[in-house]
Amino acid sequence: METAMDDLFTDALRRWLTDQCPPDRVRAIEAGESHASLWESLEDSGFADALLPEERGGAGLSLQQVFPLLELCGAHALPLPLGETLLARAALAVARIEPPRGSVTLGEAVATADGGVRCDRASGGRVADWVLTCIDDSALLLPVREAQVRGAVFPLDAALTWSAATTCGAARFDAALDIRALLACVHAAQIAGALMNVCNRTLQYANDRVQFGRPIGKFQAIQHQLAVMAEHVIAARMAAQIGCRGDPTQLDRSRVAVAKARASEAALEVAAAAHAIHGAIGFTAEFDLQLYTRRLHAWRQAAGAESYWHDVLGAELLRQPDGPAFDLPRRLTEFH
Amino acid sequence: MNALGSLAPTAIPPDDEALRAPVRAFLAEAVAALPPQVRARSWSGYDPAFSRELGRRGWLGLTLPPQYGGAGRSPFARYVLVEELLNAGAPVGSHWIADRQSGPLILKYGTDEQKRHYLPPICRGESYFCIGMSEPNSGSDLASVRTRAVRTDRGWTLSGQKIWTTYAHGCHYMIALVRTSGDAQDRHQGLSQVIVDLSLPGVTVRPIRDQSGDSHFCEVFFDDVALEPEALIGEEGRGWEQVTAELAFERSGPERLYSSIVLFDTWLAFLRSGVETPSAVRLAGKIVAALAPLRALSVAVTGKLARGESPIVEAALVKDLGTSLEQFIPAAIADDLASREGQSVPMELLLTLDYLTQVAPSFSLRGGTRDILRGMIARGLGLR
Ligand SMILES: Cc1cc2nc3c(=O)[nH]c(=O)nc-3n(C[C@H](O)[C@H](O)[C@H](O)COP(=O)(O)OP(=O)(O)OC[C@H]3O[C@@H](n4cnc5c(N)ncnc54)[C@H](O)[C@@H]3O)c2cc1C
Repeated sequence: METAMDDLFTDALRRWLTDQCPPDRVRAIEAGESHASLWESLEDSGFADALLPEERGGAGLSLQQVFPLLELCGAHALPLPLGETLLARAALAVARIEPPRGSVTLGEAVATADGGVRCDRASGGRVADWVLTCIDDSALLLPVREAQVRGAVFPLDAALTWSAATTCGAARFDAALDIRALLACVHAAQIAGALMNVCNRTLQYANDRVQFGRPIGKFQAIQHQLAVMAEHVIAARMAAQIGCRGDPTQLDRSRVAVAKARASEAALEVAAAAHAIHGAIGFTAEFDLQLYTRRLHAWRQAAGAESYWHDVLGAELLRQPDGPAFDLPRRLTEFH
Repeated sequence: MNALGSLAPTAIPPDDEALRAPVRAFLAEAVAALPPQVRARSWSGYDPAFSRELGRRGWLGLTLPPQYGGAGRSPFARYVLVEELLNAGAPVGSHWIADRQSGPLILKYGTDEQKRHYLPPICRGESYFCIGMSEPNSGSDLASVRTRAVRTDRGWTLSGQKIWTTYAHGCHYMIALVRTSGDAQDRHQGLSQVIVDLSLPGVTVRPIRDQSGDSHFCEVFFDDVALEPEALIGEEGRGWEQVTAELAFERSGPERLYSSIVLFDTWLAFLRSGVETPSAVRLAGKIVAALAPLRALSVAVTGKLARGESPIVEAALVKDLGTSLEQFIPAAIADDLASREGQSVPMELLLTLDYLTQVAPSFSLRGGTRDILRGMIARGLGLR
């Protein structure tokens, strides 16, 4: 029954993305076109409430069941913070706060000297309506329309600052939300989706592109690069699924560390190999590959790249008593 | 979706997971006292007494049916057992091939008589097998084997040579891939598998020393060896299909992830003695981040085997990833240890590292080289 429900959701989101979010739409929104109608359509379809319990109007899916949704967002380069909204609404529901209308991204933020809040890199901050953050075990829901907005490197992201007055008026609740881990969980799953897309595109290209009288995919050097790419794709996808387990508001930091570290490593390798195999055309703005490979880099660099999460895992491992080290990866990969 | 999306997180059933505690308790007694440079040999360590003890406990031939002395359990149970054995660094080399692939092969292709003859002693840890595939001029190009079995009125006459045969000098039988008709140009046609009793007249086994100083693999010569008619296993002429199926079992198991794990454990114990550094912590985390998804992938492949599928491409993906990690571990630990100043590193750790540094190249050769695996993956991805 549950399985049927998440399959329905996944199929519905795939259809919606194929219809509503083709590469041209992604490009247009990246270039500044309004995202409002796209979000309205997404909201109307109910995807953003998938993690909420049924009595609160949601679909009651578990985190592992929304993995395919997060993966699809990455595979289609959805220019909206749907994954972040899913997790943010789950956190708000636990705090018994009615989620506001609109999208909610997650932002790592600091308090400013004058009592406001600064978020230097809100993922999807330019296209989000709200930012959920957490400073000193106090969660804050801040409206983007009242922020002072500066650009960030990735066109959909933004650097946001809220004044003391806005911060005072914002919804606030006690919760030790691990914003970095939540974001890392979402980004790892999105990376997994984008990796699969990039790998499939590159396979197709290798079979189509002819040089020296045959498809370049017939050359052993290209075949082996693609084999290595495929290895990164399956490892990162499994890692991202390891991250998407358990209670979405109480993520297991070690699992998320595996997810984000391995996915980030793969993002780098796969993006590089995809561009190498595509030749010059893959590096043009007009060709779609860049929509996904630029995101691979952006998501790798968001919420801790591989070394940050390696440090987390290494510290966890060294805290264990002497004994088989594989007990840690084994515990992290026990699926019930 | 292609093979890339087909490996889903897979739970080991609780009944099978329950095997872990008794196995671990036994190993704590049986092998924990061995020094790490010995435990690091693991599936290259040969110890018949240990194999018989496992057999006595019912831990060999775990997946074979009880009527042949097996435990009739699932591949997951064997996964748990093997994972514990390898992580403890238990000397499993004597029974390893028989338990992993010869037993299942005989069960799948053997006649009832062959099963009754060969399987019970395998399950008791008394009968050891080796793999006779490679020859001096047939390595990766396995279909070019020249060792030949010719039919006679009393069975077969075997002549030719195998090489790199792991523990031929300590095994009772070899399952050899041989030509029974045609010649090397016929490639996959005309190949068959025969079970060779290595005590027969005309068989000569010569161990070869590897660069670490160990002698685990051998040259094996067949000088007109007379085989019984029932030496043939499976169908005459179907040797290639049989070998391919056998390799899926050979490539996906935990032995493709854990070859350097005793070194990793020993290094971590050293770090915990008060010499951890930020770069060492980071390296430890990097290894765990690679190992966790790999372990999950390898369990997922086991799930496919348990469902009767033959996940050849998936097994190749996992083996290539796994052996890369196994080779990375000694290289990276050497860098960590050799980049310290004024600290004495325990000799046992250095010997373990030295052993693994020397054997690491073989990880991506045995069971099919890295290039051959990548070629198989490419074909699986639709590139040929
Ligand atoms: C420790 C160990 C234990 C072993 N145990 C056994 C055993 O028990 N039984 C057994 O039968 N064999 C065993 N082997 C042999 C093993 O299967 C072979 O080493 C392996 O198949 C490669 O063959 P080769 O060594 O002749 O190398 P070659 O095939 O000569 O390869 C040499 C190099 O050329 C590359 N190469 C070859 N063909 C291609 C191609 N088409 N495209 C690209 N590159 C290519 C290879 O990848 C490799 O890098 C063992 C090997 C080792 C190291």
